[in-house]
Amino acid sequence: MIALMLRDLRLAIRAGGGFGLGLAFFLIVVTLVPFGVGPESDILARIAPGILWLGALLACLLSLDRIFQLDFEDGSLDLLATAPLPMEGTVAVKALAHWVTTGLPLVLAAPALGVLLNLPAPGHLWVFVTLLLGTPALSMIGAFGAALTVGLKRGGLLLSLLVLPLYVPTLIFGAEAATRAIDGFDNTAPLMMLAGITLASIALLPFAAAAALRINLR
Amino acid sequence: MSPSRRCRSSRMELRVEDLTVARGGVPVLEGLTFALRSGEVLVLRGPNGSGKTTLLRTLAGLQPPLRGEISLPPETITYGAHADGVKATLTVAENLRFWAAVHGLADIEAALDGALDRFNLRGLAHRAAQNLSAGQKRRLGLARLLVTGRPIWLLDEPTVSLDTASVGLFAEAVRAHVAGGGAALIATHIDLGLDAEVFDVGPYKADPNAARGHRSAFDDALDGAFP
Repeated sequence: MIALMLRDLRLAIRAGGGFGLGLAFFLIVVTLVPFGVGPESDILARIAPGILWLGALLACLLSLDRIFQLDFEDGSLDLLATAPLPMEGTVAVKALAHWVTTGLPLVLAAPALGVLLNLPAPGHLWVFVTLLLGTPALSMIGAFGAALTVGLKRGGLLLSLLVLPLYVPTLIFGAEAATRAIDGFDNTAPLMMLAGITLASIALLPFAAAAALRINLR
Repeated sequence: MSPSRRCRSSRMELRVEDLTVARGGVPVLEGLTFALRSGEVLVLRGPNGSGKTTLLRTLAGLQPPLRGEISLPPETITYGAHADGVKATLTVAENLRFWAAVHGLADIEAALDGALDRFNLRGLAHRAAQNLSAGQKRRLGLARLLVTGRPIWLLDEPTVSLDTASVGLFAEAVRAHVAGGGAALIATHIDLGLDAEVFDVGPYKADPNAARGHRSAFDDALDGAFP
């Protein structure tokens, strides 16, 4: 499993691996918002947590179809299926690799990008915390969607349509937890819900994704 | 190959009984019965589209059989397909090291050395796989078989894009593998010069319309309800 993790990370940082793509996309989306909304700092401050969350979510979506598609095309997925690694483990490791290469950089960059949106002071911490809690769910749900669409030509578009609705709860509770903290309210409830969604995704979706992969490999 | 592995593989046997395999829900081969013991090579023959690949994928556990039984010890097979599973941006050595690690080999470097020598890849070890020719890539795909440490090889057209010398290397590798207690089931159209039994899938061709003929209990009940 460690070998698979290392290979995926290595592939991501080699040429054409797409590392940094999500991060650059995130940066551009966040920079574009003030141009669209206007420079009023109080409006920007109000919408900042939501924009950061939405930007992270869309950036995450960008590289999802690579999780299994490339391995499917070059036959690695067949070989991994016959390897001693359980399919559930393969899915979990590949989702983790996606999170490390896409989710984690977004989490780390978000507080800095908050400055561009005039995010109020405690907000940087809370955007960081909620994204840290929520992005693993985005990667795991995305891996499930990628497993469902792996054999399809141009499956990327269908993947987005499948996955985006599933991202709604994570987005709602993530943005809500950040916004409430900034407004000085207690945000325990949305924070708990967010953590719960992430844990449930990590616990259940590897099995669903592995089943989907087995069917798609037939 | 380690002594312990050889010991385990000496008791190994792949046995297929009355197997029916299907592609896209349509049966392609039916009533297959054969056995493959350690030390044996079985060559699958049959025209294009006769179901050789489907049979190999079924044996590899990538798809379920329609009917019949496959008995083999767990974790003994490795599958070599048309696609080599080679990552273009990794070097030859990195590709092989990865598959050795995934298969949990104890001595990865020794296995890597053996595989590089066997398929004459030593000089290419540090070259990225994307810069290999088709034949060199194929040799890398075949070298992967050696680093899996699995005793039963299921190979689908392994000699595609190989030149005569490389086919010789491959035949030599199969011979060594079999001598070490392994076994191989190879779908191929060319003569590898191996001491192998030939299994022609032609006589086992399934009637594609037979699937439609299958009636469920529900159909029968329906017919009974509307005489």
